[in-house]
Amino acid sequence: MTDKEQYKIKQEPFYQAQSNEVRLYEAAYTARLPVMVKGPTGCGKSRFIEYMAWKLGKPLITVACNEDMTASDLVGRYLLDANGTRWLDGPLTTAARIGAICYLDEIVEARQDTTVVIHPLTDHRRTLPLDKKGELIDAHPDFQLVISYNPGYQSLMKDLKQSTKQRFTAFEFDYPDEATEASILAKETDIDIELAANLVKIGQAARALKGHGLDEGISTRLLVYAATLIKGDVDPQSACRMALVRPITDDPDIRDTLDHAIDATFG
Amino acid sequence: MTDIAEGTKEFEAYWQKLACKFPQVDAVFDECMKEAVLLLKGDGLISFIDNARFIGKMGRGPEPLLVYLEEAPGVAKALGDEALVELREFAHYMSTNTNFKSIVPFLQTSGAVARLLHSHDLFKQYIEVIRDMMNRTSGSVHGHHTTFQSPGLADLLKQAPRILTLVPLEGLKNWIDYGVRYYDDHPERQIDYFSLQSADAVAVLQRERHGTLFIDNERQLDLYLRGLWRDHDYLVPYSLAFSELRKPMPYFDDMGIRIPDVYDDLGEVSGIDRYRATLAHIAAHRRWSTKMIVDNWSPFQRLGVEIFEDCRVDYLTMQRYPGMKRLFLALHPIPDESLLEDKEASGIRIMLAMVSRAMLDPEYQFKNKDIREFADRFLAAMAEGECCSADMASLGLLFIARMRRQQDTSPKVYFQDTEVDYRDDNRHLWIYIENSDEDEIFEHLQNQKKNEEELNSLPPRHYDEWDYTTQRYRPDWVSVYEVLHPGGSTSKVDSLLEKHSALAKRMKRILDMIKPQEKVRVRYQEEGSELDLDVALRSLIDYKSGSSPDSRINMSHRTDGRNIAVTLLLDLSESLSEKVPGTGQTILELSQEAVSLLAWAVDHLGDPFAISGFHSNTRHDVRFLHFKGFAEKFDDLVKGRMAAMDAAYSTRMGAAMRHAGHYLKNQKADKKLMLILTDGEPADIDTKDGRMLIEDAKQAVNELDRDGIFSYCISLDAKADDYVGDIFGRQYTVIDKIERLPEKLPELFISLTK
Repeated sequence: MTDKEQYKIKQEPFYQAQSNEVRLYEAAYTARLPVMVKGPTGCGKSRFIEYMAWKLGKPLITVACNEDMTASDLVGRYLLDANGTRWLDGPLTTAARIGAICYLDEIVEARQDTTVVIHPLTDHRRTLPLDKKGELIDAHPDFQLVISYNPGYQSLMKDLKQSTKQRFTAFEFDYPDEATEASILAKETDIDIELAANLVKIGQAARALKGHGLDEGISTRLLVYAATLIKGDVDPQSACRMALVRPITDDPDIRDTLDHAIDATFG
Repeated sequence: MTDIAEGTKEFEAYWQKLACKFPQVDAVFDECMKEAVLLLKGDGLISFIDNARFIGKMGRGPEPLLVYLEEAPGVAKALGDEALVELREFAHYMSTNTNFKSIVPFLQTSGAVARLLHSHDLFKQYIEVIRDMMNRTSGSVHGHHTTFQSPGLADLLKQAPRILTLVPLEGLKNWIDYGVRYYDDHPERQIDYFSLQSADAVAVLQRERHGTLFIDNERQLDLYLRGLWRDHDYLVPYSLAFSELRKPMPYFDDMGIRIPDVYDDLGEVSGIDRYRATLAHIAAHRRWSTKMIVDNWSPFQRLGVEIFEDCRVDYLTMQRYPGMKRLFLALHPIPDESLLEDKEASGIRIMLAMVSRAMLDPEYQFKNKDIREFADRFLAAMAEGECCSADMASLGLLFIARMRRQQDTSPKVYFQDTEVDYRDDNRHLWIYIENSDEDEIFEHLQNQKKNEEELNSLPPRHYDEWDYTTQRYRPDWVSVYEVLHPGGSTSKVDSLLEKHSALAKRMKRILDMIKPQEKVRVRYQEEGSELDLDVALRSLIDYKSGSSPDSRINMSHRTDGRNIAVTLLLDLSESLSEKVPGTGQTILELSQEAVSLLAWAVDHLGDPFAISGFHSNTRHDVRFLHFKGFAEKFDDLVKGRMAAMDAAYSTRMGAAMRHAGHYLKNQKADKKLMLILTDGEPADIDTKDGRMLIEDAKQAVNELDRDGIFSYCISLDAKADDYVGDIFGRQYTVIDKIERLPEKLPELFISLTK
């Protein structure tokens, strides 16, 4: 039997609720409803799930999806050993067996044929057929499936099928409002609130450019990076350039505009 | 008294030396000398008179001498006495050939030019530039004697000072070069160009300007507005260069934000930062200002109110972006307080600028108590919160009531150091109830209707053309009109396909082979999605029998898709109507067959595909004929258009490629292919230099390449090897046997995209 404890979150992750999402999630979990979290990159989706797993005291198995991922990477596969073949459970199977929260991060990155395997787990059946092994797993009563995706990619290829979408309850995340985001920064990195507010201001400037050459604005995560650098005695301008501007763009016009935003904000 | 007497006596000596008998000169000589003595000393005066004597004796009448006497002292003062020799030598040079009429304009503007160039060396270069232009544009009939004067020279010389205020000497030289090159054989156009009347004269000059040009930074400024201000609007540049009476100011209205087309660096503030400061101020107005009804306010009152309102939005801006303070203060003048002591002149502008500076920059202390008091009241009001435009209005009115003095209505007004560079003219603040007549509302509706009508027809698109001799683009040189090709009978294309049905059958087999397959199995993978049982068993046997097993026992799948967008661009120039020897068909008919087959093949493959044709009748009329767009199906409508294909005019390839490229560029596909089917080299009747359009097409290929478009030429010209490689590098095929085109073209396409 797999060790359940290794998947438990040991320390309370810092999470600042934006509204009633914690209560809603608890309700969904009580009913074991599958959950989908949407939102731009770095806005706190994964942190939220981590926090909820800790709060509910359940193990959390996270799978980062990518386009080379196949159904067997989720479900499991036969391996060769000295006595012939041996079955190895994939992360989804493990979660269903031990009753963990299975979190499929950036699910749209996975190919569509892969995402179909989660279907029987997400409706009233709550089963996972391992057709290659000839086994039908009944999900553990504590098992819950959570997926996340970023609708901002705006790509035809990267969208969920309706049949997948309609199996989930959903949270829509966005970057928090200015005051909340500043307080998050301040708490997470221990910088003073005024500096945090200035960082948020730059983040806001970049987010307004989304769709005009930027695919995605500056995320809360990057703001945290910038704050961390400043905390490490880097002057704010350089820290912002390094953590906020250079990572997100190669476009000289946008770079200059954001550099100017930094100068304008820090004086 | 004695001074004057002495002076007259001294002038008398100069007069003797000048030895001039023109009565017109006599009449003004003393006046001129009085000026000259102020500017020139000793040897300079002697040189001045020596050269004047020469000019007076050139035999071109009194005028050159009169102008010389007037302008030369200024030149000598700006550049040194030696410059007078050059002045005289060049005037003499002009007088010895046909351009003697330009001596007067040359001398007339020499003073202004000298002041602008401010260096003797530059002035020498200036003369050489003019000499060069003169020699190149003076016409000669027999190739031996220059017998016609340069048509544009006089105008050029008149414009020279104005141009030199805008561009450095190098820019003037480039500008002249352009004009000489393109209008050498067209005197009237040359005059238009050199007198700055023609549109491209202005455009080319614009390109040479110093400073930060709006066109180079349009996107960045738009991003600035969006990013920092969550605002956006059309940014419309206006030119500072060509209106001399009134200096236009930035402003905004329903039609967009107007800003200057160029900003030079000002002190330590760069041009782009000046743009940002201007936009910040305007955006702040748009965010925080409200309109006021001002019918009852005097102009002074409006001046006062707007200063306070400007300061309020600047203050709020600096609160949000503290870094803007540096820019604002660097651009905000510090007026000279002592000017207020002048009892004759109006100091209103000085006072307003002072209070504005004091409000933005509390650290700067003016002596005037009232100014300080109002600045403090402003800061106190702002400290309480955002406050509104109306608060500022009452403060402004109070300020005017308190500060207005008798002499403020005086026509003598101090302007220096009172203009705040980044501020707009605040027309958006005022509402005049009186003005909003019903007539105007009606007019507005009419305008709207007119705009809607304009939208219904496609305006021409302008493209630059590459000039290889100067290695630069000629701005907006070619006009491309896009039109839908008229339709014809659809059955023609179907019967063509019928005719080639054997070929089509053969092609279908190839097409099926390269048709995208959804899933392809990839075997022998170390890590794969599934165990490949055959291989696994083999490995297991190896393992059990003691030899080392192959670890690649998995297999996986990959999807094999095709993602190509194709544009076929057809040269439909007149030469297509020629018959191909031995077939009885014209090239056009063969092209039709080939294109029909290709379209059928691509349609079969399902790649996004567009077909267009082009021909040109000078640069003003390049026709871009639309046969099939990417979104259209290969249906009867398209077939009908293809059946009606017709040939006319010439081949201006570059512009057509650019136009086709801008559609292809916007296609979402991994690979983009532009096939160009042509039967001859690029040429047009308004281009004498055969290389010109070839080099332009080559440049167009480079541009397409930069946009990720692969261009490939299929030439039907047996002699194409001479030039087609220059244009397309190695991306071309020459089809010698034109009659085989129908089968060659689809084959080529398939092999290109396989």
